[in-house]
Amino acid sequence: MSSLAQKKGFGAVIWDYLTTVDHKKIAILYLISGGFFFLVGGLEAMMIRIQLMKAGNDFLSAGLYNEIITMHGTTMIFLAAMPLLLAFMNAVMPLQIGARDVAFPFLNSLGFWLFFFGGIFLNLSWFMGGAPDAGWTNYASLALASEGHGIDFYSLGLTISGFGTLIAGINFLVTIINMRAPGMTYMRMPLFTWTTFVASALILLAFPPLTIGLFFMVFDRLFGANFFAVNMGGNTIIWEHLFWIFGHPEVYILILPAFGIFSEIFAIFSRKRLFGYTALVFATILIGFYGFMVWAHHMFTVGLGPTANAVFALATMIIAVPTGIKIFNWLLTIWGGSISFTVPMVYAVAFIPSFVAGGVTGVMQAMAPLDYQLHDSYFIVAHFHYVIVGGVVLGILAGTHLYWPKMFGTMLSEKLGMITFWFFFIGFHLTFFIQHFLGLMGMPRRVYTFGADQGWDLFNMISSVGALFMAIGVLVLLVNVVLTTVKNVRVGNDPWGDGRTLEWAIPSPPPFYNFAQTPLVRGLDTYWIEKMEGNKEGMVYAEPLGDVHMPNGSIIPLIMSFGMFVAAFGALYFLDDTKPWALAVLIIGLGITFGSMLVRSLKDDLGFHITKEELIEDAKRGGNTDGLK
Amino acid sequence: MDLNKRYTAQSWPDHPETATLEGKNKFVGFWLLLAAETVTFASLFATYLALKDRGPDGSEFTAAGLFELPLVFAMTMILLTSSLTSVYAMYHMKNHNFKAMQAWLGITVLLGLTFLGLEIYEFNHYVHLGFGYTTSAFSSAFFTLVGTHGAHVLFGLSWFIALMIRNSKRGLNMYNAPKFYLAALYWHFIDVVWVFIFTVVYLMGVIG
Repeated sequence: MSSLAQKKGFGAVIWDYLTTVDHKKIAILYLISGGFFFLVGGLEAMMIRIQLMKAGNDFLSAGLYNEIITMHGTTMIFLAAMPLLLAFMNAVMPLQIGARDVAFPFLNSLGFWLFFFGGIFLNLSWFMGGAPDAGWTNYASLALASEGHGIDFYSLGLTISGFGTLIAGINFLVTIINMRAPGMTYMRMPLFTWTTFVASALILLAFPPLTIGLFFMVFDRLFGANFFAVNMGGNTIIWEHLFWIFGHPEVYILILPAFGIFSEIFAIFSRKRLFGYTALVFATILIGFYGFMVWAHHMFTVGLGPTANAVFALATMIIAVPTGIKIFNWLLTIWGGSISFTVPMVYAVAFIPSFVAGGVTGVMQAMAPLDYQLHDSYFIVAHFHYVIVGGVVLGILAGTHLYWPKMFGTMLSEKLGMITFWFFFIGFHLTFFIQHFLGLMGMPRRVYTFGADQGWDLFNMISSVGALFMAIGVLVLLVNVVLTTVKNVRVGNDPWGDGRTLEWAIPSPPPFYNFAQTPLVRGLDTYWIEKMEGNKEGMVYAEPLGDVHMPNGSIIPLIMSFGMFVAAFGALYFLDDTKPWALAVLIIGLGITFGSMLVRSLKDDLGFHITKEELIEDAKRGGNTDGLK
Repeated sequence: MDLNKRYTAQSWPDHPETATLEGKNKFVGFWLLLAAETVTFASLFATYLALKDRGPDGSEFTAAGLFELPLVFAMTMILLTSSLTSVYAMYHMKNHNFKAMQAWLGITVLLGLTFLGLEIYEFNHYVHLGFGYTTSAFSSAFFTLVGTHGAHVLFGLSWFIALMIRNSKRGLNMYNAPKFYLAALYWHFIDVVWVFIFTVVYLMGVIG
C-alpha cells in the first residue's frame, strides 16, 4: 500500500506479505482474511434466512441446514470476529503505546498463519465429505454420533487456529507490559490498549480449556479414547464444561476490544476526554474477572442442581454492573461534547441502545427459572445476536471506518459509509428484534423448517427481509472499499482532525519502524496534550535520533503452520481403513512443524539496524515508504 | 546485540536472562505461557478426577488395584533431582562458567531420560495387563494426563540437547543466556506438574 510497494513487482509484494513480521502488515492480513470469512459466514446466514422465509420451505435439506448453522456460528466467531478484532489490535495497539513493533514479531506472524491454515482446514470440510453439523457448540452427545469427518474438521481446524490466537494473546500481553514508551504508565494507556490487554489475558486463560476439550474430541473420534463415550464410563458433560469455560470468556474477548474502539470514538468525536477513564479501566478488568465465573449459565438446564444454578445466576447478574458503568461513562462523554456525527460516531451512538437491549435480555436469562422457559428458543438467538452484532460487529464496522486511513492512508467515503450504516442498522433490528417474539411464541432454535399452522410465517418473513438489508449494507461497504482504493486520495497524520492518542501523531500509514524517535508521554491523550500546547511536531521525544533495531522477516511461520495443516489431514484419516497413508502424513506434518521450530531455534536471528542517516533520508521522503528494506 | 562480545565472570551481568529487551520479553512471555500451561493441566486433572475408575460394565481396572508406588516414587525422586541439577546449571550460567553449566545440564538430561525410560516401562506394563488407551474412560484420562506430561518431558529434553549442541563451541552470550534460562524454567514447571500427578494420581489413587 505504500508508494514503494506499488513499484515492486507483484511477486515481490506477495513474498513480502508471506514473510512479514511487521505488525501493520499482519494487521492487513488479518483484516483481509477475517473479512473474507465474514463474507462466507454472511452467505451462510443468508441461506439460513432464505430457508426459514416461509413454512415448509425446501431450499435446504435438513442435514445441509445443520451444517450451515454450525459453520455460520463457527466461522463468524472464530474466523471473522476474532481475526477482525486482532487486525485492529495489531494495527493500532503498538502505535498507541509508542512501540516500534510487538514484543515477538516472529510469533505475531506465526499466530496469523496458524489462524489462517486452521480456518482454511475447517472450510475445506465443505469440499471433502461434508461440514460439521453439531452446532457451533459441538456438544459431545451430538458430535460423537455425527457421521463422516465434519466434526473432525471442526476439532482439528479450531485446535490449529486456537494455537494461533493463544500466541497472539501472549504477544499482546508482553508488548503492553514491556514495550510502553517512557511516561506511558498503565493509567495513561488509551482505552483500546486497555481492552486489548484484558482481552489478551482472557485469551491466555480461556483458550487452553478449549484446546483440551478439542483434543478429547479428536482422541475420542479418531484414536478410540473414551472421554465422552458413556458406555465406556465417559461423561459428555465434561465437554460442555470445558467448552463454556472457554466459551463465556470468549464473548468478552470479542466485546471488550469493541468497547475499546467505541471508547476511542466517543472521545475523538465528542472532542472530550473520556468521562470516568479510571472507572472504565476498572470496569474492563472486573468484566474480565467475572467473565470466568459465569460459564454454567449456559448449562442451567443440564441439571447441575439448584445451588450451582443459584450461584451462577447471581454471578451473571453481577456482570451487568461494570457493563452498566461503561454505558453511563460513554453517555456522559458525549454529554456536553462538541459532537461531529461521522460514520464511526454514528455506529458508536447506534451501538448503545442496541447493546443495552442485548444486555437486558441477558439479565433476563440469568434468572435460572426463566431460562428453563427461554432455553433453546429463538429468544436466545435474538439475545446473542443483539450482543454480538449490536456490539461486536458494529464495533468492527466502526473500527474499519475509524482506522482505515491509519492502515491504508486513505479515507473510506463518508457518504457510502452512511448508506451502509442505515441499511445494516435497520436490517439488524428488523432481523433480530422480532426473533424475541418468535422465541416467546415457542419457535425452537436450530430447526430447519416449521409448519404453516404454527403462526410463525409472517415474523420469519420479516426477519429474512431484515437479513437482506444487512447484506445490501455489506455490499455497499465492499463497493466503498473498492472505490476508495481506486481513488486513493492520500491523507495526513490525523485525518479525523481530532485524534487524541499517539497513533494519530505519525504518518498514515506509518513508516515500518513506526517512530523514528521514541515519544515521551506526558499524560492521558498524549497527542491531544501536545496539540493543545501548540507543539507542531505533535510529540516530544524521549531519545535523540539514533539507530533503530528492527526484526528480520521470515518464511518459517508459514512453513510451521503448514506442517500443522498437513498433520491435521493425517490425524483426520488415521482410523480410515482405506487410507493407510494417514499415519505417514501425520508424521510428515509434525516433522515439518517441529523441524522448522528446530531451525528457528538453531539459526541466530538478530535483526538489523536502520542507521540515523537512513531515518533522516526517509523523513525527507515523507516518512511513509518501505524504502529502507 | 553483538554476538562476538566477550564476557568475563566480572563483566557478565547478574541477571543475564533479563539484561536485554529481548530477554525481558522472553522472560515475561514465558511466564505467561506457563500460566496457559497451568490451565491446560488443570483441565486435564479435572477430567481425570471426573473419570477416575470409570469404565464399561464389568471393568476391573481401578487406580487402587493398578498403581504401585515403589517405581513411581523412584521416578519422582529422579525428576526432583533433575530439577536440582538444573538449578546448579543456572547457578553456573549466572557466574559465566559455561563448562560447569553444560556438565550440570548433561546430568539433568541423563536424569530426564531415565525418568522417561521408566515412564515408558510403566505404560508398557499397564498395556500388558490389558489396561490400554482405549480400555475405558479411566484409561483414556490417565494416559492423556500422564502422557501429556511425558510429552512435555520429551520436549524439554530435546530443547536442552539442542541448546547444548548449538552453543557447545561458542559459549555463553547475551543472546543464548535467556534461552538456557527459559529451558530451565520450563523444566521446573514440568517438575511441579509431576508433583501434582504423583499426589493426585498415584498417592490418592492407592489410598482409594
